[in-house]
Amino acid sequence: MASGFIVRKNRYYDSVFLMGVDRRLSQLPGVRQTAVLMASENNKRFLAEMGIRGAELDAAQADDLIVAVIADSPKLVEQVLGNLLDEALMSLETSTRVSDLRTLEEGLRAAPTANLAVLTIPGEYVDREAQAALESGLNLFIFSSNVPIEAERKLKQFASERKLLVMGPDCGTSILNGVGVGFANVVRRGSIGVIGSSGTGLQEFTCQIHNAGHGISQAIGTGSQDLSDEIGGITTFTALEALESDPPTEVIAIIGKPPGSETLKRLVSRLEASSKPIVACLLGRPADEGATRGNVHWVRTIDAAVQAAIQLPTLQANPLGDLLSAEQLELAKDLRTARTSNQRYLRGLFAGGTFCYQSQLILAEAGLTVYSNAPLEEEFELTDPNRSQEHTLIDMGDEVFTLGRPHPMIDGTLRRQRVLAEYSDPSVAVLLLDFILGFNAAMDPVGEILDAISEGKRRRQETAGDPTIVASICGTDGDAQDLSLQSKLLREADVYLFNSNAKAAAFCSALLKDA
Amino acid sequence: MSGKIDEILRESLVAINLGLKGFADNLEQQQVEVVQVDWVPPAGGDQEMIELLEDLL
Repeated sequence: MASGFIVRKNRYYDSVFLMGVDRRLSQLPGVRQTAVLMASENNKRFLAEMGIRGAELDAAQADDLIVAVIADSPKLVEQVLGNLLDEALMSLETSTRVSDLRTLEEGLRAAPTANLAVLTIPGEYVDREAQAALESGLNLFIFSSNVPIEAERKLKQFASERKLLVMGPDCGTSILNGVGVGFANVVRRGSIGVIGSSGTGLQEFTCQIHNAGHGISQAIGTGSQDLSDEIGGITTFTALEALESDPPTEVIAIIGKPPGSETLKRLVSRLEASSKPIVACLLGRPADEGATRGNVHWVRTIDAAVQAAIQLPTLQANPLGDLLSAEQLELAKDLRTARTSNQRYLRGLFAGGTFCYQSQLILAEAGLTVYSNAPLEEEFELTDPNRSQEHTLIDMGDEVFTLGRPHPMIDGTLRRQRVLAEYSDPSVAVLLLDFILGFNAAMDPVGEILDAISEGKRRRQETAGDPTIVASICGTDGDAQDLSLQSKLLREADVYLFNSNAKAAAFCSALLKDA
Repeated sequence: MSGKIDEILRESLVAINLGLKGFADNLEQQQVEVVQVDWVPPAGGDQEMIELLEDLL
């Protein structure tokens, strides 16, 4: 076994080129180990650990090439460091070296309209070059890592004052106006913008958006340290502002690891004040999956961020969009315009207390004020549970109605009476009902209420116009009441029937006002 | 937002690539105007010398 090394003065190569040379030399028969490196202080320490030392090595500078080899024989070592190295260098140089430009200044002269500098140089030189690029008005994509955090902070502060974007250091990915920079995938253009401190996080997010048939407006990498308290999210905040004023961007996702505690506080309040819907996925940060605060929808995984980013704009434009189809919304609009001018109010009569409560939530979200004997808030409590006022939803299972009587799921008598009472009020536009099947429930819950509806119609003033009746059934095809028969009876009575209470309530909301 | 950020988000990128040629190649493939700089460390990478030069210039 023999070893040796050679220093070639003033021969600077980038890391990918060196890797290519190393690969060629290490594959030669009889070669055990090779190292092809620039003579930086770190690399010299690495060689010393391999047992390769010498005065010439100590004197070498960062733009000197060092090639070290361990091989089967001294003759082979000599060959590798001689002819074989020359051949490898020459062959690779022919295929990779194309530019005569060596400095940023030369690059700027060749491209005076440049607006972006992409840096993949060793970290210890980034500070100087990045500062010069910023002073020339260039935005930065810094792929290089090992940049001191203090240098990163100064660069970002300087850029922030000049409204320039510093993506990185240690930034893997960006997609700017449809152009992938660094490790980026070919994705469709669209309306979803994303900001990320994690390159692979951005790749995963943008790929999933594309694969789901949607597209990306911009993807802005910030660098892995941007949300640390030392940096304070300078690039994230700048990117957020940029995406808020970027017309194609309709929703903004933030993907990354947990920020520093101080930065997190500032970020949360900034996100909540955003002018566009935000999806926030800060991996590892305890988040209520699906929680929405202000304009921010918090999620736990990148997959959930993708789903939320796709759905949020639709939901914001139409809050009922997850419950009703476009056709159903259109139908509600038609029914709304067909009513008499007196018909203004919704009345809901529920056998299920939860259905009464959930319906109030859905109507309140749509901005409707609803009174109830079981209200969401005290101020909307009915003065008299037996008398409806404006929009009213009644929990017929409430104590006031069940004292000494069977529950309305068993006995529909009181609900029938209330149906008749509502029919006598000409201001009633919509009647919302629930029907609950199953063990111990009434055997024909629909039938007994339909009788009351027929009676109500018969008694109603001719000029009043019939209320629209909306209902949901809670039951299965195994239930003794015969789900299909109960459904059929309702449809034949021109009732708008839904398979859930939330959908029925959403339909009522659409019947009362535009989404 | 103003100025140069708008340029890279709404207009055409014009890039100067300092370092790995592959990054410039990928931009070129996407029809981006890019100038490749085969960057070398200033002053042979000698940090003291770099600082001296900076002070002089």
